This record gives sequence, C-alpha cells and structure tokens, in this order.
Amino acid sequence: MTDNDATNDPRARVARQTGGASSAADGPFQATGMADPKMSARGVNVFYGAKQAINDVSIDVGMDNVVAFIGPSGCGKSTFLRTLNRMNDTIPSARVEGDIRLDGEDIYAARMDVVQLRARVGMVFQKPNPFPKSIFDNVAYGPRIHGLAAGKTELDEIVERSLQRAGLWNEVKDRLTDSGTALSGGQQQRLCIARAIAVDPEVILMDEPCSALDPIATAKIEELIHALRGQYAIVIVTHNMQQAARVSQRTAFFHLGTLVEYGATSDIFTNPRQEKTKDYITGRYG
Amino acid sequence: MSGDKAPVFHVDGSRTAPTDWTSDAMRKRIAKRYAAERRFKYLGLAAVVLSASFLVFLLWVMVGNGISGFQRTEVRLDVDFPALTGGAQAASLTGPQAGTAAASMDLPGVVSVAIEAEYGDSGAQIFSPGAWQIVRKKLLAEPSLIAAKRTLWLPASSELDIAMKESGNAKTEALLADLRGKNLVRTGFNDTFLTGSDATDPAQAGIWSAFKGSLMTMLVTVLLAFPIGVLAALYLEEYAPKNRWTDLIEVSINNLAAVPSIIFGLLGLVVFLNWMHLPRSAAIVGGLTLALMTMPIIVIAGRNAIKSVPPSIREAALGIGASPVQVVFHHVLPLALPGILTGTIIGMARALGETAPLLLIGMRAFIPTAPGGLTDPSTVLPVQIYLWSDEVNRGFVEKTSAAIIVLLLFLLTMNALAIYLRNKFETRW
Amino acid sequence: MNQQAGHTVTAFDAEMSDIRGMISDMGARAEAAVEAAMKALRTNDIDSARIVVAGDKAIDAIETSVERRVVQTIALRAPMADDLRDLVAALKMSGVIERIGDYGKNIAKRVGALEGHGFLDSNDQLFRMADIAGEMVRMAMDAYARRDIDMARAVCVRDDEVDQIHKDLFVDFIAHVAKHPTDATEIAHLLSISKNLERIGDHATNCAEMVYFSQTGQSLADEFE
Repeated sequence: MTDNDATNDPRARVARQTGGASSAADGPFQATGMADPKMSARGVNVFYGAKQAINDVSIDVGMDNVVAFIGPSGCGKSTFLRTLNRMNDTIPSARVEGDIRLDGEDIYAARMDVVQLRARVGMVFQKPNPFPKSIFDNVAYGPRIHGLAAGKTELDEIVERSLQRAGLWNEVKDRLTDSGTALSGGQQQRLCIARAIAVDPEVILMDEPCSALDPIATAKIEELIHALRGQYAIVIVTHNMQQAARVSQRTAFFHLGTLVEYGATSDIFTNPRQEKTKDYITGRYG
Repeated sequence: MSGDKAPVFHVDGSRTAPTDWTSDAMRKRIAKRYAAERRFKYLGLAAVVLSASFLVFLLWVMVGNGISGFQRTEVRLDVDFPALTGGAQAASLTGPQAGTAAASMDLPGVVSVAIEAEYGDSGAQIFSPGAWQIVRKKLLAEPSLIAAKRTLWLPASSELDIAMKESGNAKTEALLADLRGKNLVRTGFNDTFLTGSDATDPAQAGIWSAFKGSLMTMLVTVLLAFPIGVLAALYLEEYAPKNRWTDLIEVSINNLAAVPSIIFGLLGLVVFLNWMHLPRSAAIVGGLTLALMTMPIIVIAGRNAIKSVPPSIREAALGIGASPVQVVFHHVLPLALPGILTGTIIGMARALGETAPLLLIGMRAFIPTAPGGLTDPSTVLPVQIYLWSDEVNRGFVEKTSAAIIVLLLFLLTMNALAIYLRNKFETRW
Repeated sequence: MNQQAGHTVTAFDAEMSDIRGMISDMGARAEAAVEAAMKALRTNDIDSARIVVAGDKAIDAIETSVERRVVQTIALRAPMADDLRDLVAALKMSGVIERIGDYGKNIAKRVGALEGHGFLDSNDQLFRMADIAGEMVRMAMDAYARRDIDMARAVCVRDDEVDQIHKDLFVDFIAHVAKHPTDATEIAHLLSISKNLERIGDHATNCAEMVYFSQTGQSLADEFE
C-alpha cells in the first residue's frame, strides 16, 4: 500500500477524510470531520498552573493512518500527545479542559478507568526505558497485570507474538532471560514497542521514539511503524521533519500551543497552506 | 616562535594575539594547579590513613585486652567417681531423668571432697566455686565418665586466674608457681563466657544472656521499624500531596533522627512502662523504644532511595496501565530496596550500640539467667559492658573487653547479612 | 510575490541564489543567441552566425552545471515546499533553455544556405514570429527573476499567436514549393526555421509554466483547460 496510489490524488483523499470539504476551496484547513475517528479531540486546552500550554486544539486520529505532530520546541506537541492517554494526570499542576474521546467515549469522564485507558492507548517514550527485568518479563508484565493470559503457554505466545510484531524476535529468542537493559539502544526501543503491543492496544502514541537512536536503529523503527500501520492508530511526535515526511500519512503542525495546519503529509511538505508551516519546514523559522 | 602564530580575529573585527600556552607565566600557573591537585590528594589520603589508624588502634587495644577473657586457667583434679558417688551408674545419667539423677548425686559435695583430697585446705582457693557445674556438664555430655577414676581439668578461682594472666598478690603467686612446677595448671578455652549469664564471680560470668537479650531486642526493633519506616517513606514520596503539611512532616522526621537517644528512653519510660504497664527491663520494651529511634533513619533513607528511582521507570509502568500501587511495589520498591537496606543497616547498627535509652527503661538489672521470652527481664550487650566496666573486681576488666569484641562481631555479622541482602536485591542497570 | 525571510542556514540561501543566477544567465544567453541568429539571417552575416554556433557550448556547460548543483542541493539540504519546487523548476528550465539555445544554433547554421535568394526580404512574418518568440523568452525569464505569475500567464497567452503564424507560414511555403519546385531546398530551410521558432515559443511557455508551478504548486495548464 503506497501513499501515492495512482487512483488516489492526495487532494481527493484529504477531501474524503475531512468529510468532503475541498482542501483548496476551504479557508484554513479541516482537522476534524473524519468519518470514523479512533480518537477525537475538540477544543482542548491544557494549563500548567496559570500558564496555558495548549490552546483550543481540535483534531481527529483515524485507524489507518500514521499521524505526525511536528513543530518547534515548546510548541506543545508532546503535551498534547500526553493528554491522549491521560499521562498529564501524573503532573499535579496540569489541568486539561475540553473533550477527548476514544471510540466515542470521553476519556476524562469520571467513570473512565485510567488504568484500562492506558492499556488501550499505549505509549513509547523518547528515551528507551525497559524495566530492569528480563526481556521476557518486560513484555509479559503488561499481560500479567491485566490478566490477559490464561496460563503460561498463552503468556509465552503473547510474548512471542509481540516480539515478532516488533521485529525483535529473531534477535532475542535465544536469550529471553537476559536483562532488558543489556540490549542496544535500538533494540531497547523495539522492546518498549513490543511491551506496548503486548497489552493489545488500539492506539500507540510515540513521543520522539528515535531521537536517542542512531540512523540504522531509526530506520528499523520507521520500518516497524510502517508495518504496524493499519493494525493500530499511531501518533508520532517528532523533531525530525524528514522522519515525519517518511513515516506519516497525515501531519499536524503545532506552534505555540495551537494547531496551525493539519493535512496530508505530501501536501504539507510540498505545498503547505499556512505561512508559519512553510517557514518552519523550509528552515526559515527563527 | 610564539609570535609566528596567526592572530585571533574577533566578531567585532578586532584582533588579539593568540594564547601562548608555552610561556613561563602559563607554565607556572599549570604547575601550581597540579600542585594543588597533589595536595588535595595527599590530604585525602592522610584523612583516610588517620581514620584507619584510629580504627586499628581501637581494635588493637580491645583485642589485646579482651582476648584473655576467652581463656581461663584450669587446674587438674583427679576424681574417683565410683568411690565418691557410691557406684552411680552411667545409665542413670542418660534419658529424660538425667538432670534429676545428676542433682541427686550431690556433685558439689563430690567435687569439694575430691579437691580436699588432692589439694588439702588450699584447695578452696585454687578452684572456682562453680567448678562442680563444669563436672555436671561433662557428665551429662559423657555419662560413661562416671564409671571410673577420671582426671578432669576444672576452672581455677578468679584470683588464680588473674594471677595467671597478669599478676596477683604474693600468696597467690606462690601458689601459682607451685602448681606450675607440678604441671597441674594450664590455660584453656573459656566456654562459660559464651554460654553463661552474668555472675558476681568474674570467672563464671558469661554474656549469653546479654547476647540473647540483644538478639531479641534487635528482632523486635527491626520487625517494627522496618515495615513502618518503609511504608511511611513510600506514602510520603508517592501518595502524599505536596503541601505545607507534608513539608512539616518531613522537617519533623528529619529532626527526630537527630534527637538524642536518651530522650527516647524517657519516652519509653513514660509511655511503655508507666502508661502501658509493660514489664520493666523486658526485651519488648527495649525493642519498642529502639524502634522509635530507628524509624526516622529508615524513613529518611527510604525517601532518598525512592527519590532516586528514575521517573522514566514510573512513566513506563504507568504507560502500560499499571495502577499506582503496582508501580510502587513492582518497580519502585525493588529498585529502592538497596538504598533502604543501607539505611536500615545504619539504623540497626546505631540501635545495637545504644545504652542510654535502655538504661532509662530499666534494662540494667542483674540478670543471672538468660531471658526466655520477650517479656522476661533481660539486658543487652552494651548495657552489660557498661555494668561490668563499673565492677570493682579486676577479673571483669578482661571480660568487658571480651564483651566488646563479641559486640563488634555481632555488629559485623548483622552488617554482613544486610549487605548480602542488599547485593542480592541490587539489580544491574 | 516577494521573497520572504531567508533560511536560518544562510549557505542554503547562497546556493539557491547561485542556481537562480545560473538559470537567468542561461536564459539571457539563449535569448541573445536566437536574436543574433535571426539578425545574421537577415543580413546574411556568416561570421556572426559562427559566433552564435560557438556560443552554444557555453549554454550546454551551464546546463550541466545546473544539473549538478541542483542534485547536490537536494541531497544536502533536503529542501521542502517552495524550496523544493524552485529546484525542480530550475532543473526542468535548464533543460528547456538549453534546447532554446540549440534552436538558435540550428537557425544560425542555416544562414549561409539562404544567401542571396531574396526569400527573406518579403518574409516579414518569419521575423515577426522571431520577435514574438524572443519576447516570450525574455518575459519568461523576467517572470522567473521576479517570481511574477501574472507575467508567466501572459507568456502562455502569446504562444497562440506564434502557433498561428507558423501555421500560416506552413501553408504559404507549401504553396510556394508547389509553384516553384526548384526552390525546394530553400523552402525546406525556411520551414525548419519557422518550426524552430514555433518550438522556441513552446519552450518559453514551458518556462513560464515552471515559474507558475514553483510559486503556487499548481499546474498552469490546469488553469487554461
């Protein structure tokens, strides 16, 4: 499945995904209005104490696309990413307003179970952070605490399947009892991805997953993201525009806490509509 | 040569000469810096050597004084068991009735008759009054001894013992020389010291009861202080909201750790003895008091250990969907355990050596028998050392030093155990 | 549209302006070559024609240079959006302008063959076509230098005129050959020249389309459909 199928003119596809609105004719852009979004945010504001970090952001994330969040440092893309799985709850001064839904359910509602939400919306962090346990235990931890495996054989299967999906199985199948921290950086990050996959999430959030890795490890992870597309809704925050261009089908540009432009990746990078977006991606920013 | 280098251009267009790294002034500066490095290194080395020498000095003095406490002078005695016991059988000394059988044999009488027979009147001065207990012990261990005449080596009296190890008055010295000449005296291992309890006669004094008391007190202390301290540290770090109240609690705990231990003794006296009417001088009271004292140390060490667990691990666990309790017990606690155990070692070592608070709650009594349970009157090693050091009898000097050696060994073992546990739980990152 | 703020990495700006400079240079040379060739044709000046033919090498060299520089810049700078379109436009334009230069050379080569036959005296239309084509090239290069999409549009409009003149000339030439078969060689040359000029007009239109694409990201042809 390539991004530029002969029958799929990028503009037509965007128009489809934005509910029929033509991209050229529309004023700014259309970030919402997707037919069946996996996650949708409307009017999200995030405050750290008195300081506002996210300003009225509305966006839809669909199942079959990888969405990249790009923007300069401090523009709020990581903060917004963390609102999608309520990781901002761990920061005492953070306050989230607005409507964020997973499959139509408000994730900030009182009856939404945070623990379950975080299993359904997994997260991979910037610096690989495997638990200081064995590789097997790292991947098995999630299924164990959520009770996803009936017995040892099933747990073994889940671990093997997750490691295979993460492209790590062949490299570690003979040493599952080795410590997870003994792997190389790229392998550790793939282990973290396997760990997130093991609890069978629906959405995977990645916060600059490759920024601590060398180019080869980065390429492997990008290939992995490509393979996972379609099975999970993936949102990736990245500083590296070329990576966003390679890996995603839709890109959102954030600037000072606002969503400036959201569209098909090929459009954003060849002909962005907003001046700010153009300045940022051509290197005229700052 | 230095003038041939290219000039340095600055942003505003001005030029300066490049830094000359080989000039005399520069060389002198560098030499001074190295000299400062060396000075600092040697200063550090001197500090270490000084501390080590203090330690060596302490050990040297202690061991020098105390090693003789583990030895005792023994004098030979021939005992004709069949004649003196009227033909008692070995069989009667075996089985459950052995103790009663031994008592019925009037072993003190047997022994004093044998002493008088061999040494005459001066025999009483030669042997320790507790010598018959040694005979009893030997008979119960090996009942066949009773069947024939035996040669036994029994403990000498205190005066003879001191005269043998250091010096005594003229009469005792003469007696000793006499015995030596006849090869009737030797130095053996003093197992009474390790198995016996406090006694008025230094030759019979032992530290077992104090040791057992220390053991029981430490047990109570660790069973109380460790869980409460660790749980308190966990709560303060993980769950407590960051407001004025928690700050107040933190300051209070830090201050508690610095409070002089005798005040805890006072607290124990008021609360445990006067209010709660717990038995005086019991191990449980000592343990409770020391637990109060040790807990702040464990809380402080625990908090630091928990703080040092990197937030990335917590985030990773939360991101997978672990609940806060699971994050703490599956991830934070195992990683913080080495630090917590180190704090516990420090706290327990301090508690082991505490004398003042225990004196206040009355663990200073004369305990002739080892404590049976937690509520029996007992004493602890440091208090025993303190009491013996107060004694007039010269025989207690070596006993004091020997007790100090035992205390140090106890401490070492405890530390070794904690270090072993810490290493076992230390996960390699 | 004015050039907006420069890149944070100023060397990128320098590279882009170098490439733009080379394209403008090429365009000027190609336009001069066509003009000189037509002048040589009118005055039957063999020496001028030779100069034009020799000058084509320089245009070819610049084209090679531009290609190399564009590939290098794409590899090293990973350009996006308008920078990328600029570079793609420059690459295509260099090829197109090189061909304009080639047509100029081709016209110059035919200068000697039409000597003294008087065909050219009455052939105003041919020279008119040359003027328009030359103007189109000039306008396209102006539009490029100034990033002016209106001027680019104007170029495309004028191509119709050139095409029409070529069609008329074609009919006239064929009719003439039918009447005077011995003039076939000369007429053939004239036809070629006319065809070259018509192609020059097309290429100028291509350049204008490239200018429009690099500024807006859209295809000019779509507008005209």
